[in-house]
Formats: sequence, structure tokens, C-alpha cells
Amino acid sequence: MSQSNRLSQGGRVNRDKVINFRYDNKSLQGYEGDTLASALLANGITLVARSFKYHRPRGIYTAGSEEPNALVQLESGARTEPNRRATEVEIYEGLSASSQNCWPSVNFDLGAINAKVSRLLPAGFYYKTFMWPASLWTTYEKFIRKAAGLGKSPNELDPDSYDKLHVHCDVLVVGAGPAGLQAALSAGRSGARVMLIDEKPLAGGALLGSTDVIDGEPAAQWVQKVVDALTAMPNVTVLPRTTVTGYYDYNFLIANERVSEHKGKPNGEPKERLRKIRAKQVVLATGSIERPLVFADNDRPGVMLASAIRTYVNRFGVLPGRNIALMTNNDSAYLAAIDIKSAGANVTVIDIRQNPQGELVEQAKAQGIKVETNRTISTVNFGANKIKGISTMALSDDGRDVSGGASSLECDLIGVAGGWTPTVHLYSQAKGKLEYRDDLHCFVPKFRSQNNHGFEAGSCQATWDLAGCLSEGAEAGAAAAKASGFENASAAELPAVSEAAQSEMRPLWILPTDHPIGIGPKKHFHELHNDATVADIALAAREGFLSVEHLKRYTTTGMGTDQGKTSNVNALAVMAEIRQKTIPEVGTTTFRPPFTPLTFGSIVGHERRELFLQKRKTAMHPCHDAAGAVYEDVGDWKRPFYFPKAGENMHQAVQRECLAARKSVGILDASTLGKIDIQGPDAKKLLNMVYTNAWSQLQPGRCRYGLMLNENGMVFDDGVTTCLAENHYHMTTTSGGAARVMGWLEEWLQTEWPSWQVYCTSVTEQWAVATITGPNSRALLSELCDAPLDEESFPFMSMKAFEVAGIPARVFRISFTGDLAFEINVPARYGVALWKALMAAGEKHDICPYGTEAMHVLRAEKGFIIVGQDSDATVTPMDLGMDWIVSKKKGDFLGRRSFTRSDTSRTDRKQLVGLLTEDPNFVLQEGAHVVAELKDKPPMEMLGHVTSSYMSPNVGRSIAMAMIKDGFNRKGETLNVALMDGSSQKVKVTDPVFLTEASKEASS
Amino acid sequence: MFLIKCPWCGERDQSEFHAHGEAHIVRPENPDQLSEEEWGDYVFFRKNPKGLHYERWVHSHGCRRWFNAARNTITDHIYATYKPGEPKPEIDVNDPIHGNPENQR
Amino acid sequence: MKRYSIFSLLRNSVNYHQDWQANWRSPDPKKEYDVVIVGGGGHGLATAYYLAKECGITNVAVIEKGWIGGGNTGRNTTIVRSNYLCDESAGMYEHALKLWEGLSTELNYNVMFSPRGLLHLAHNVHDMQEIGRRGNAIHLNGIDSQFLTPEGVKKMVPFINLECRYPVLGALLQPRGGTARHDAVAWGYARAADAMGVDIIQNCEVTGFKIENNTVTGLKTSRGMIGAKKVGCVVAGHCSVMSEMAGFRLPIESVPLQAMVSEPIKPIIDCVVMSGSVHVYISQSDKGELVIGAGSDLYNSYSQRGSFDLVEENIGPVLELYPIFSRMKMLRQWGGIVDVTVDRSPVVSKTPVNNLFFNCGWGTGGFKATPGSGHVFAHSIARGEMHPIAEPFSMNRFNSGALVDEGAAAAVAH
Repeated sequence: MSQSNRLSQGGRVNRDKVINFRYDNKSLQGYEGDTLASALLANGITLVARSFKYHRPRGIYTAGSEEPNALVQLESGARTEPNRRATEVEIYEGLSASSQNCWPSVNFDLGAINAKVSRLLPAGFYYKTFMWPASLWTTYEKFIRKAAGLGKSPNELDPDSYDKLHVHCDVLVVGAGPAGLQAALSAGRSGARVMLIDEKPLAGGALLGSTDVIDGEPAAQWVQKVVDALTAMPNVTVLPRTTVTGYYDYNFLIANERVSEHKGKPNGEPKERLRKIRAKQVVLATGSIERPLVFADNDRPGVMLASAIRTYVNRFGVLPGRNIALMTNNDSAYLAAIDIKSAGANVTVIDIRQNPQGELVEQAKAQGIKVETNRTISTVNFGANKIKGISTMALSDDGRDVSGGASSLECDLIGVAGGWTPTVHLYSQAKGKLEYRDDLHCFVPKFRSQNNHGFEAGSCQATWDLAGCLSEGAEAGAAAAKASGFENASAAELPAVSEAAQSEMRPLWILPTDHPIGIGPKKHFHELHNDATVADIALAAREGFLSVEHLKRYTTTGMGTDQGKTSNVNALAVMAEIRQKTIPEVGTTTFRPPFTPLTFGSIVGHERRELFLQKRKTAMHPCHDAAGAVYEDVGDWKRPFYFPKAGENMHQAVQRECLAARKSVGILDASTLGKIDIQGPDAKKLLNMVYTNAWSQLQPGRCRYGLMLNENGMVFDDGVTTCLAENHYHMTTTSGGAARVMGWLEEWLQTEWPSWQVYCTSVTEQWAVATITGPNSRALLSELCDAPLDEESFPFMSMKAFEVAGIPARVFRISFTGDLAFEINVPARYGVALWKALMAAGEKHDICPYGTEAMHVLRAEKGFIIVGQDSDATVTPMDLGMDWIVSKKKGDFLGRRSFTRSDTSRTDRKQLVGLLTEDPNFVLQEGAHVVAELKDKPPMEMLGHVTSSYMSPNVGRSIAMAMIKDGFNRKGETLNVALMDGSSQKVKVTDPVFLTEASKEASS
Repeated sequence: MFLIKCPWCGERDQSEFHAHGEAHIVRPENPDQLSEEEWGDYVFFRKNPKGLHYERWVHSHGCRRWFNAARNTITDHIYATYKPGEPKPEIDVNDPIHGNPENQR
Repeated sequence: MKRYSIFSLLRNSVNYHQDWQANWRSPDPKKEYDVVIVGGGGHGLATAYYLAKECGITNVAVIEKGWIGGGNTGRNTTIVRSNYLCDESAGMYEHALKLWEGLSTELNYNVMFSPRGLLHLAHNVHDMQEIGRRGNAIHLNGIDSQFLTPEGVKKMVPFINLECRYPVLGALLQPRGGTARHDAVAWGYARAADAMGVDIIQNCEVTGFKIENNTVTGLKTSRGMIGAKKVGCVVAGHCSVMSEMAGFRLPIESVPLQAMVSEPIKPIIDCVVMSGSVHVYISQSDKGELVIGAGSDLYNSYSQRGSFDLVEENIGPVLELYPIFSRMKMLRQWGGIVDVTVDRSPVVSKTPVNNLFFNCGWGTGGFKATPGSGHVFAHSIARGEMHPIAEPFSMNRFNSGALVDEGAAAAVAH
């Protein structure tokens, strides 16, 4: 198919480079430099989409990121992407895109039934119906959900990569139009680090679509000179194809660059690159967006912004129609009219102003452009998905009504020019305050928020003339450079421009038709993307939705993927008109980031898959890998869960490990325990405050177990702390609690007791720890060291430093199994050597490595708690039956006062007990509940829950621990555990200690 | 994302810090002599002002030191940061530049 | 109140919907009310509705500083569930869930409550113990819950990455959990309350309390003094400001909470999926947007702003669990103010001032409680005594130590 709408010359496309692409299974051609939209228009394709709610046919409406209609599904398979704006996608060889939200095709869409019954579907219709019968709502909802949404999510893994980096600069200039270019030039020359960012592939902004002359040359040449000058400065970075999507506090901005898509193949490059920018000063030169006019059936495919038509002609060499009607309320449409006429189309201007005068109007007339004044389009003749013509009618003096007969005009394209809206999204995101200017008919920046320093320049603050934009840009760039410390900055010289002065616009926000608005077949859309009409706003107001936020939410105005870029001011104006208020009285809604939708992949960047979150591994990890360990996630640690032998399942492995550890010797990697080195003359004082028991008498070389409480009196960590020397301690914490305890100590020391001389250092990673336990652990260790290990020389709860297998070690005689055990700490780099030495020497003792699950079983057999499993943040030491560890003599410690509160001092609180099931082979689910009285079905009153539950091979039966109301008084009772499947299990309440000498004998 | 001036390290990105609530709460010297209400007030009840707030931060991914900040909770503007033990800086919330947004310009 | 139905919609379409009446009046405040509710969010409007409907008190005003439903009611991620750990919480949220189930019919307003099922994923042994405890507890409270295997999860969400960092070991499913249309809840309650005579007064800011003999007798507002025999404060995000006016402190801090939505797409995920260890929750709205949220910031702020680091923190887990969404795009992010207590449970309570009641501190989970909270608060205000379901949420618990600790299960060592 030929490019029937391509002009024979002109435009910034490379006619030597033909690009083949597919749209809705049609093979088409465009040129390098085309967007998908310009290429489709070149091929005469106008209808590209179906609207969100009514499925009305829609066409390309703009030439930029503000596009509300032309959203397509780009590509298929793994690289598919929904809702891409055809006006932004640059075509590449082999591109394939398809229309979305339609079936079977965009030209014939069954969903268009919604348009036929649109009278039944006013704003908010769904709140009023689908309620009867109530049970059918979920069925109705399925259909609603299917009809909603636009494109389709990818369903495969993303083959592309994304880059992300931090950047700092002195001056960030957003927008590379005339103002932005001048700003970057001024700031760049001062030596400041400057970034100039623009969302388009080419710099120039509005100049790209114009025929302006600067310094006697076409504007494009001036733009190129400035870009060349900037590129040559080492302190300046120019980033095309990059959208600043968010402007957050303290001049922190997000910019997303489309790196490789336009090249068609990634070639090792990332698809997108996200920059997190911290700028000293930000110059916003974000330009403005042309506003539509709100008239009858203004959504037809073939209705387009006048400036967009001009851009397609001038930038792309595409003339999207032959007979073009331009409807306007201001002079800017005449610029478009003149360019379109020179490109060879017939142009009629329908000017709603009563007596438009001025240079541009005269120029247009002189070129043979027909101008109708004080008239509006009352009807758009539309058939076979094409515009065939329009009818126009005369406007009344106040512009609220039409009069006289309709005159018709054949045309195939309608341009609309409703004035310009400054692009203030970023300014507003950064909490800048806006002000509505009656003289300019738009919101402009008023003052910046205090944490976001910078300046605005150009049409984003309603400076409409080119000379004004150029000079404001230069001034802003120089001022920003000065403010960031480059005192010598000065404004760049102003190039010479000549332009026609523009006359006043006529602000008619709703243009009448031949029937009252909303009462009749024609629809006035103020917002195309979400199909919101003037009648919807009128209905909302009628129903009491008067606040601008209510109107927005009830009519869904501005909530589409375009975030209302073209519709925002019109919507507010329509609300004002209907409520007979001024626009500032109506108020405005908040612009939220991002400016244009931001790819999830880009947000995440490299921090995905293996780089999503670190895996912490102990020094001995390679040994565990070699032994075939199965791992458990404990915080960020990977800990061996169990070490299965060939053919063993988890249960078998754990049972074997538990038996072996008690029978001869077991070995555990305990390196993950938190370790804190505490030094200083006030260290003892600190321990006395953070632990519940007394530490004053602890001698060097001795260890003590402690519980840590918060000020609420609840246990939050435990561990053994050892006195290494006077004023020097080694504290251990739970594996998951290491960072929390470290933070806790520092918090108190720095904020409450800054005069205390205590210094805490986290040494968790410095030590590798192997625990050997069991009757033969002493024999094993003695083979690897010279130190005396007998009970008298090396008693329980003491520490000695000596060499183990030639490695300097700290050995602690502490035990979490209740058996004879040694915790051998060596510098982390010797972890593997220690493990291998112990395994080798242990071979004759049948040494058995065991994992965390066996560790849990072994400690439960002896009734040792795990903080965080057997306790949660509602448990006191007394609730755990650990009164013995709470000092009554030493005075105050953290959390102590809370014990005597009325609720905490109750004696019938939930308390830790043991449970023995009636069926010794039945292992209760952890989390199962003991009930006060067993009933046929819930609800049942609960007494508490099972915190730990295992099959214990050493006890020879199942064991469990539980937190139960008034548990201490219930020992000996038989209670019931009600299970999820409706069954129950009788349990006997016991002490939470299961492996006594008696039970040992019984099981052996 | 704030830019926070650590009194020891200088200006750093907010992601290096953690906030820890109201500053200048002193742990009672004799908790045993406090009523349930007084103790509960110390442990749980906090100032939660809309406007000027004195609060604690820790430079957790930096020097790991704690400090205090005076911040406007409406605008998130940080008036000052200071070391623990230093007195609260006097802040004029009606300051036309740094006060509440309603008072600006 | 003209009833809504398919027939009224048909009838009104004949004349292009010109005859619909206002959902609520815009009355001037009267001199005095029996009860004034401060705060026109979902909870406040529900309170007014149940006062009129069930307690026979119709001389009621709801005073709202801005527009109704404009606070957290209109900013949340619309999740409804009742699978809480503590009996007290389960009581409150299950009470709410039962009301949700009949709410559209009750209000004659489609609040689109949609029990699409809600999954809590477990990623490690500790998570499994936690869902074990919670699943059993809520089951025994008479609330539906099921444990799912990883395969069961995959069946519900076929594209989930079970082998993510912290692999999915199981899940807790509440089939009756789901979502509702947040704005509609405020609007539906407002319309129904207005119809029974409740005055809904928007753009009216409370500037102080009139308190005599330690008893509240009225409110100073931007529209003059309004007398009140009883006052209920339901101002999420500003309760500390209000309590300061009344002369007492609350155990509450107000922190930013953020949420975001993707561009709308055709249906891909039908249930709500929450994960604590790969921290994010996600659902898809009827409009087609993926609705995404996670944790709150930890500093006090009233700025209602979004920040980018939380976007990164939310989307990272999204792509870890659902890697196919890599090419999806974030459409909009926003922030709200949530009032958090130490035990992550609300304060529904009498206060040191007579006849002044506070309902606040719902933290990140207030939306789901809306009908239940309003219901028990209305009964408490009417009787002058706390409703049994509200009783455990008294602010005195922070003195006695009887916390209702929902944070406990998650915020502990291992």
C-alpha cells in the first residue's frame, strides 16, 4: 500500500530509509523518523481505536504524549505491550501493532453496542443497578470486567533488560524547546553541570511542527546549532527520548529514557534506562498542550488538534486530509491553516469569534483560506467510519445558543484549536501552587514549594510568543546556574525572530448544537479517553457531586492513561459553566506522578531476579552444598534445614539427625547467630539495663543467658552474653534479631545514655561458628586441641580461647540441646577449615551434621524456647515461666515497670505449657488452637495456640508447646485441640520439658 | 525523597536514614513511682503535630548515629538537624519562607 | 429517596437523565444536633447512617472539612477481609464483613463489594506458623479460611513465580474477602443517611470544641458554632489534631501510606494476593487497573505525597512474584495519611471529655472495617457505653497493657 497521504517533500523523515511495519495484520511502509501515528496517517489510516466505555470509533488526535485515543497493543508474544501511544512509538523495521479494546476488529466492533445503548449508560450507571438479585452481582461483574480494561498484559517473561542509575547535576532543564535550549545554553556556558531532557527523539519542542525562522534560517537549523554547542560542552548532558515522569521533594526527579526500542533490536542495550536525579536547580520548560473544543460529536476519528495536523505536515511530511475544516477560538489555528494550505489541502477556518482580526487572519485570507466567523460546528457527518462533512450554525451573542440555518461543508478532517494549556504537571507534582489567570484562560505557576528550587520558562507559564520563550529560557538558565553557585552565569544572547502578534481568544467552553446539550443524540466530549461528556458532568452536578473531586471521580474525568492532559481545563471550565461559578471557584485536582506511564521493569532496573534481595550465606556454606543440604530461609540467611541422605524425605532425615546428635555427636552451623562485641567501662551497666537478670557478678570467662524486653515489658530477643575480660563482652542474639538488637543498644546509648562509655560493634559476619553436641563432643574436641576440657577446667557456661585444629578459636560451653556441647567460634575465613576438621575427626564418632529443623526438635525436647516462635510481642518472661530470670534485686531495667500494670500482672494470662497428644503419633499443626469446650462446629472459644510441635525420636512420641490462657494452672488437665478439618485431638497439659532422664530410658 | 543533613556527614538522601518518632522524650528516672497513666503516656502516647515536629532520625546506612530534626509535617521541610543533647532550635513557624504553606508569600 | 434499579435507570433514560435528584442536600448547619459526627469519610457517614437507621437518632450532622469520602476512603486499595489474628479484631472485622455482604441492597447503592477471594502467601517456616495460627484462629471464630499448597496458589494465579526469593510454601485463603468500590461506599452511606434526615455539611472545618464542665457541648467551625449533645470524631489522618483541640493526646502517629495503579488491562488476576515477606499486595479493579500497595513510611507526615523509593519498594516485589508484569506501566501513584497505633489496632473509645467519642487509629486497614466500625460506633454513641465489639479498643488499653496486638504476629524475632 502506498503512502497516499505523504507529501512529496518536506518533514524530518529520512525518505531514503523505508521502514516496513504491520498494523492489524496489514503490511505498511513508513520512513525512518516516523512515529506509528504519522506512518498510519501517511497510509490513510484514521480509525485506530475504540473508546473505553462506549466503544466509539476513535482516531489519532494529537502528535505527542498527550494522546487520549490512539492506544495500541505493540508487538505480540513476550515483547507485547498494551496501551502504547501511537503518537510516541517510533517505527522500526518489522514493528507490529494492533488495535485493542475491540472485537472482532476496530472497524467492526461488537462492543459498539454500548454506543447504541449509551442512553442507559450515563456516568455512574453502575452504582444504580446490578443490585438485584444480590447474588448475581459477581456474574454481572465478570462481564463488566471483560468489557473494561484496554490492552492485554504480556503473558511471558520479559526478554529485555532495564538500566537504572543515580545522577546529580547543578541545573536540570526539562524540555528542549526554545526556552529549554536557551536555558541549557546559558547554564552550560557557566560551567554548571547541566542536563537537558526531552521526551521526543529530536530537540526543538514546538519548533518541530512550525515554520518559524530564527536568525534568518529555518528554526531546525538554529536548534541543531544549539544542540551541537551543548553536546560539545563536557559539563552538559543532552538526553532525547527521555521523559521526566516525576518531580518529588527536594528536587528529586525521575527520568526514563527509551534506549533501544526505536532501533528495533536491543543489541545488548537495555530497553529503558531510569535516572534518579538530584538537581540543585530545576528549570521547567515543559511547554504547553493545545486544548480541544467541546462541540457536538467532537470525538469522531478525523477530529484532531490543529497543531497536530500542522506537526504532521511540517515534521513528518504527512497531510492527513484533503478537505480540512479548522475550528478555532484563537489565532493559532491560522498558523496551521497557512501551512496546511501550502501543503496542498483545501482549508476552511470556522472561527467562533465574532470578528477575528489581526495579522494572521489577514495572512490566511490573503492565501485564499476561507474564514467563517461567529459559527460553530453543529453536526459532524460521519458514516462508514469516516468524516464526510460538517454543518455549521451561527452563534448567539453569548455563545450559548445557535441560530439560523445550518450550512454544510464537505470535509474529511477537522482540526480544533481551543487555545493552549501550560504543561504544569511536574510543577504541580512538586507541590507548586497554580493560579488561574482570567486574561490567559489557563492555570499558570504561582509559587514553588519551598523544597524544590528552580525556575519556569516559556509556554509552561503561558508565554506564548517565541521571542518571549527564548528570552525567558535564557534568563532562567542563567538564574539557575547562579543559584547553584556559578556566579558568573549570564543569559545567552537572543536570536532574531519575527512573528505575528496574536489577538484575543473567545473562551466558549461548551459549543451549542441544534439540540440542548445532553438531550438528544449528539455527545459533547470534554474527555475522550474515558468517554466523559458534558451531559455526564451536568448529571453529576444534578446528583449533588459538586466538589471537583466528586465530579472527577463520578464521571472518571482525567483518570485515564493520558491523565487528562488535553481535557483537564475543559473539564473544569465545563463544571464552572454548569455550576455557574468561576474556574478558580471550582478548583483543580492534583496532578500525580508519573507524567506518562512508567514501565515496571524500568522502575525495578537491575534489582530483579538474583539481584532482587541478597542471600546471606555462612562461611561453611560450600560444605553444606557438598553435603546436599536443603536450605531454609531465615531472614536473609540460607541455613541448612536438613541434610537428606539418598532416598530420605525430610521427616526421615530430621529423625535421624535428632537421634544421632543425642547418641554420639552432632554438628550444627550456628554462624548466623547475631554477635555484638561490647566494650567500655559502662558495659555492665548497659547489660543490667537491657537484660532482665543481674550481670554485676559475671566474671571474665563466664557466660550468662538473658532475655531482652521492650518498654512494654514484652520479650523481643534472647541470647547468651559472655564476659571476655573486664569491660569486654560478647553478646549473641537470635539470627533474625541481630540488626534489631544492635539498633536497640545504639538507640539507648546514643539518645538516652550518651555519657555512658560503651561501644558496640556488630561482629556477626566476623565469626564462623560450629556447634558440636552430644556425649562424644568432648572426645571429638579433645582430639583437635590441647586445652583441658574436663568439667572442672572448662565448666558449663564458660568460655575459653584456644586453638582448635590449629585455628585460633573462642570455645563456649553452652548448649541449646541440653546435652554436653561446645560452640566453637573461629574467624570467618577459617569456617570451612574448622568444619572439615571437625567432620574428619568426627568420622569415628559417626558425627552427624544437622540442620535447623533438628535443632528445633532438640531444643523443644528440653523445653528451650525460640523467641518469635514460642513467644510473640505479647509475652512477658513470667508468661514463659521464666520468673527465675527476672531480677527482683538489681533495680530498674527496660520494661520492668510494665509488669505491674493491671493487665500485665494478671495471673491468668496466656502461659507457656507443654502438650502431649492422646495419640503419640499425632503431630499437631503449629498454629492449631486449644479450645475451652469442643463443639460440633465453630465458633468455639479459644484458649491459645500450639507454638511448636514435632515428632521427637528421642522422647519417642510427638511433643508440643503452646501458649494457653491460665496455662500454669491447667497442668495435668486434658483439653481439646480443634483442627481445621473438623476433627479434634485430646491433649494433656504438661511442663514444656519432654526429655527427662526417665523418658530417655523409656524410649531406648 | 528528602535531602537530610546528618550533623556528622552532611546532606544525604533520605534512603540512608530511618525516622524514629518524637524527640526529647526522657525516660522517667523512677518508673516505679509512676501511675499506670503516666507510664502509659511515656511508652505509647506521642505528639503528632500538624506543622512543626521535633523528631529523631538515625543515619542507619551511613555513620549509624542518631540525631534530631525539626521538620514541618505539612510541607516536609526540614528546618534544622542537630545532635542529641543539643537544645531544641527555636523555629518561627510563621516565617514567610519556611513556615506553613498557608503563610507562604 | 428515589430508589435505584434497572427500571429507574430505563425510565430516566427516556428524558436523558434530567430527573435524577441530588444524592444529598447541602444544608446550612442547624443551631444544635443530638449528635455531630466530625469527619465525612466512610466511617463517619456510616456512623450517621446507623444512628438514624438503628438508634432512632436522626437529628445528626456530619461535618466535613472538604468533600465527603476525600480522605483515606477515596485513597485506599479497597481490600475487604476479616482474617485477623486476635479474637477482638476478628470480631470487629467479621462484623464489618457481614454488613459488607448486604450493603448494596441495604443502601440501594451498588458499592460493588466483590468477594473474589483473598490470599496471604507464606514464604518461610515462620510465615507458615503465622498463617497456621491465624488460619486456625479465624476458622474457630467461625470465619471461613483455607490453607492452600503452592499448587493451589498456582491454580488461582497461574502466572505467579512460586520459586521467587523466599519461595512460596503455602497460603491462607479467605474466599469471602475481596474488594469494594471505595467512593461508592461514602456516597451510598451519605445518600441513605441524608434520606433519613442527617445533615451532611461539607466545606465546614472544625476549629475547636466547646467544652463545659469537662463535657462537650458544641463545635466551633468555619461556619459558626454548632451545638452538640454528643460528638463523635472520625477523622482519619487528623485525629491527633482534633484531640489536641480537646486537650488530650492519643497513642497515635500519622504516617504516609502510598498506593499505585497500573494502566488498565483486560482481566488477568481475579483474586487479591498479599505477601508479607515479598512485601506487596495486588488486585485488579473492575476498570482493569492493577491496584498495588505495601508498607507505610515511618515518619510522621500530613503532606499526602507519594515518594519514588516506595514505588521501587512495591514494584520490586511485584516483578519478583509476577515477572510477566515487567512491561506493564504505572499509571498513577498517590499518598494518604494513616494513623497508626503501637498494636496496629484502632481506637474506638470514650475520651477524657464527657460525651466526646473518638474512632481512629485504623492504620492501613480502615476501609474494610467501614460498615462495622460505623455500626458499633453509632450504638456506642447512642447508648453512651461502648458496644461490646468496640470495648477492647478503648484507649485505656495503652495504660493497662491490654493491647490487641495485630503487629505481634509479624513483628517478632525468629
